[in-house]
Amino acid sequence: MAIGVKKVARPRKMSGGETLYLLEILRGLGVTMGHLVRNIFRQENIATIEYPEVRREMPPRFRGLHRLMKRPDGTPRCVACYCCATACPAVCITIVAGESPDPAVEKYPVRFDIDMLRCVFCGHCVEACPCDAIRMDTGWFTPPEHTREKLIYTIDMLMEK
Amino acid sequence: MSGLFDLVVSVVRVAVMLAFTLSLVPILVWAERKGAAYIQDRRGPNRAKILGLTLGGLFHPLADALKLLFKEDFIPDGAHRLFYQMAPMFALAPALMTFAVIPVGPPVVIAGREVALQVADLNVGILYIFAISGLAVYGVILAGWASNSKYPLLGGLRSSAQMISYEVSLGLSIIGLVMVFRSVRLSEIVASQGTLLWGIVPKWGVFVQPLGFLLFLVAVYAEANRTPFDLPEGESEIVAGFHTEYGSFKFSIFFMAEYIHMVVGSALIATLFFGGWQFPYLADSGFVLPGGAALGLPGPLVLLLRIGAFLGKLLFFAWLFIWVRWTIPRFRYDQVMRLGWKVLLPLSLANIFVTGLVLLLIGGGA
Repeated sequence: MAIGVKKVARPRKMSGGETLYLLEILRGLGVTMGHLVRNIFRQENIATIEYPEVRREMPPRFRGLHRLMKRPDGTPRCVACYCCATACPAVCITIVAGESPDPAVEKYPVRFDIDMLRCVFCGHCVEACPCDAIRMDTGWFTPPEHTREKLIYTIDMLMEK
Repeated sequence: MSGLFDLVVSVVRVAVMLAFTLSLVPILVWAERKGAAYIQDRRGPNRAKILGLTLGGLFHPLADALKLLFKEDFIPDGAHRLFYQMAPMFALAPALMTFAVIPVGPPVVIAGREVALQVADLNVGILYIFAISGLAVYGVILAGWASNSKYPLLGGLRSSAQMISYEVSLGLSIIGLVMVFRSVRLSEIVASQGTLLWGIVPKWGVFVQPLGFLLFLVAVYAEANRTPFDLPEGESEIVAGFHTEYGSFKFSIFFMAEYIHMVVGSALIATLFFGGWQFPYLADSGFVLPGGAALGLPGPLVLLLRIGAFLGKLLFFAWLFIWVRWTIPRFRYDQVMRLGWKVLLPLSLANIFVTGLVLLLIGGGA
């Protein structure tokens, strides 16, 4: 065979019964009726997930919506070190730091906004965080909203997840 | 009095038949969507609710109809305004008109007079059906041409070519049946299918004309533009074919026309080849089995059984349309043409020849 010539396999010749079509169509009808009957009587075998009522079970390492962790006394664990904002490739985290009233803690985030419209769910913020204050283990993705403003998640929203 | 009686009977018959065919449309749409879903391992429509009831998605066709009714009724720029608006009517009207000659039951006696359970018992029944159903293609061609758009035009052209190829076989496949039953009046064809063949099987068209039945079935699918012959629509090739440029209620009329074509096609198959309203081994007095055993039944029950038999046959063939659609792929255009001209046409001619030969040899058949 010459270089660059590729021989494509042709479909095999149909047998006499197959060229009649009708017998094969009858067999096909049998296949589809089998599916129909099976799915009517064993509905639990249908793979469809009825979305708003039933949520898909996400795998444990799925990177979903962020949440901010709390200390035992309910204050954010975040120390406003800006590591996550620096690591973020999408520049979607906005932090405004303030002086913490707790003498054991130096700073706390006055504002901690994540712009969900910009976030690419890469998980770099979680990896960058030195005190495990941000996690992406909620197992859920961003729900739809009607306005852009509602998709900028504030510290309160992130802490209650 | 008699004039008034006739008038009332005619109006009631028309109203009942019209309501019957139109109310079958949403049921078929539902069966199509739900059946398709189950065949493809999906769940299908199950969201539309009335008072918390979904009834397996039965309300979806109603919701769709309402939605289409309230959509903007637009006419695209460059479309032929008159023909564009006429096309849906041309598609729907012939489909509805064809149902007029289909007998849904035996004649009943009301107030001492015989009333046929069909809108019009024409003595040219079959010819009327072909004349009217041949008009249906005008709706498709007009829609394709008047839309002033390339895909509808292609769909319309395909439809006309398909029509010419299959109308011939459709007509010829019936000739054998007409030769056997020696009438083109549908009520007589159904009545003569009530006798037994060789004393065992009902003398249904499918038993005396098996090849004719197959040819007719294929041709009816092509006539109704249903898969595997839905080339005028051909979603994967020409968007939506002839109704690409249609929206709102005009589209829903095309949609209705398609399903009414299915109903009429199923009714025709049932009437011509499966004994219409004849229930197997059911005579006027009750069941009479070939062995001689008999079971007497009251008259009204026999009537109900017969109308039920017709309805059952109709629904089965309507379901067969849907079932076939979700089983086999669409034919390629040249395959459709080859099948029509090189297979169906010679076979239907051969069928007529063989039928004539057999009738000649056994002395007239009757």
